[in-house]
Amino acid sequence: MSENAKLPPLPVGTFVERSVTWSKKNLFDGWFNTILTLGSVAFLLWLIPPIIEWGIINATLTPTIEGCAEATGACWGFVNANLRLILFGTYPYDEQWRPLLAMILLMGIICASLGGVKYPNVRKWIIPMWVIGVPIIAILMWGGVLGLTYVQNSYWGGLPLTLILSSIGIVFAFPFGLLLALGRQSNMPALRTLSVVYIEVIRGVPLITVLFMASVMFPLFLPDGVTIDKLLRAQIGIILFTAAYLAEVFRGGLQAVPRGQFEAGESLALSYWQSMRLIILPQALRLVIPPTVNSFISMFKDTTLVVIIGLFDFLGTVKLALRSDPAWTKYYVEGYTFAAAIFFLICFSMAKYSAYLEKELRKGERR
Amino acid sequence: MKIQTILAAGAMTVAAIAAQNAQAGAVLDGIKAKGFVQCGVNTGLPGFSAANAEGKWEGIDVDVCRGIAAALLGDANSVQYTPLTAAQRFTALQSGEIDILSRNTTATTTRDAKLGLTFVGINYYDGQGFLIPKALGVSATELDGATVCVEPGTTTELNLADYFRAKGMSFEPVVIENINEATAAFFSGRCDVYTTDASGLASIRTQMAENPDDYAILPEIISKEPLGPVVAQGDEQWSDVARWALIAMIEAEEYGVTMENVDDMKANSTNPGVQRLLGVSPGMGEALGLDEAWAYNIIKQVGNYGESYEKNVTAKLGLERGLNALWTDGGLQYAWPVR
Repeated sequence: MSENAKLPPLPVGTFVERSVTWSKKNLFDGWFNTILTLGSVAFLLWLIPPIIEWGIINATLTPTIEGCAEATGACWGFVNANLRLILFGTYPYDEQWRPLLAMILLMGIICASLGGVKYPNVRKWIIPMWVIGVPIIAILMWGGVLGLTYVQNSYWGGLPLTLILSSIGIVFAFPFGLLLALGRQSNMPALRTLSVVYIEVIRGVPLITVLFMASVMFPLFLPDGVTIDKLLRAQIGIILFTAAYLAEVFRGGLQAVPRGQFEAGESLALSYWQSMRLIILPQALRLVIPPTVNSFISMFKDTTLVVIIGLFDFLGTVKLALRSDPAWTKYYVEGYTFAAAIFFLICFSMAKYSAYLEKELRKGERR
Repeated sequence: MKIQTILAAGAMTVAAIAAQNAQAGAVLDGIKAKGFVQCGVNTGLPGFSAANAEGKWEGIDVDVCRGIAAALLGDANSVQYTPLTAAQRFTALQSGEIDILSRNTTATTTRDAKLGLTFVGINYYDGQGFLIPKALGVSATELDGATVCVEPGTTTELNLADYFRAKGMSFEPVVIENINEATAAFFSGRCDVYTTDASGLASIRTQMAENPDDYAILPEIISKEPLGPVVAQGDEQWSDVARWALIAMIEAEEYGVTMENVDDMKANSTNPGVQRLLGVSPGMGEALGLDEAWAYNIIKQVGNYGESYEKNVTAKLGLERGLNALWTDGGLQYAWPVR
């Protein structure tokens, strides 16, 4: 079929004429669509004005409880007054430039890695960037050297903690999940069984259970006096959990690669790892970009569950701020709305990036 | 050969760790070596332990840890806090992740005897009560058939069922996990009664109600909730220090020693009790293995029990002393004599 047949007709007439034509075609196309259009407009008219009135017109930014009590709309003053508590949790107040710097550095590395995949001369710096960046972030957060005071990680919190938990989680869960997927496809029975059992057991329990085991049960199995850091336990729990889900995503991709591709690799006398690296994985991984990003997004949101083991991620610090003074407690709608906005921003960027990446990698298929 | 070496090294490490734990005073020595007290607190309960706008932990439970640090290390700020959920708190103590748990924890037989813990005192006497709209106009014995908003998985829920069964009344529980949603449900009229600890009811009434005067806390208290700091069994020296640090705060209030007048009292007081407490006549510090200025440091840096209560519970929650008044004022706070 010719590509030209699909192209829409070129627009003719004035702007008004074109708008009328467009509306007739898209909005009032038959009685059913006309009802839908009118219904949607009515719904939006009913929904949007009160939200704007509450959230903007009648809202206040005054960072005091008295100012909020006077306002009839949203009390953004709650967020304003507690912004540093919400962003950084209980990290020592005078040292909060450290998590801020660490967060900017981490975001920088993430953005550079994501944006730089395309350019070979940036791509070779991605791994060194992480190898150098992560220790710098660790030094900034923990301190204890270079004249920085030591800060226990029971004081970490807020957005930096959320970003650290999820980005470290993704960086480690990705290769681990890949190995599990390959293990499940392997010809070696022991390896295959091990992978299957691992994946099924982890997939069979909720993340809350894994975190709970890591935080409440696991320390009891250790000898007296030996403790493994709470944050580290949670981080490992998240990695193990996400890896099992990613493994199944990757398996889908591996199965979608035609058998002939494996055989082609063998007939070229490539080793197992060579044919995986050069032929199979590039195709398999590209196929599963949407579900992989889906897993990342759900994992990013799942990090909020660490609140049940006493770690304050970004949502946790919002709760912390709500309880900092009983007078703030009733402004929970504002607090959660703010948290939702930040989460949406990050998740939406992830989704947009995946769409971009898909397009980039599919260039080879276009004529 | 190599494997044997590794095994031997491993065995020695384990033995060393075991020996360290068996030694009396291990926790105390550990605290002195690291220079701070690791204190388990609530993840956010205003008045008891909550982070302020600067992210600093504050509250009456936090002050207990600060007091102990002042007594033992001479500096109330030598405390590191570990926020813990209700489910985690005892594991953290048993595994040695924290030195002391000061997290509005009710002292009960099982916890004291079976979990290997020692409650070192009671810093807050609480009890479960009922909040009702005044329009309902009933007493706690007339609640038959009421719908009750309650948070799940706590002793609160069990106490509620016990109370209604004992009185031969029926009720319909509305179980809501999140405190904000639970209170919203109550104030929107979804349930007749809201129940939790009395300290919680008071703050919900003053802070969350449109008009607090429309609601009343019923005088009937249906459970005993003595809340206090806990340590793990096995280091009696440490539990003694924790116990007497708390007692010193209460004793100081009884003698009228405050953060402000403590220097004056130390220099001029002729009361032998005050002299013993503040180390003017020595002996108490030595008995506990502490500096003679131990109690002085607590009062100077943290304040006495009444000051801590005023600053945290009264200011944040608007709660009067009630059961937590000194025994001389008709309350239950009765300090063992420091002598």
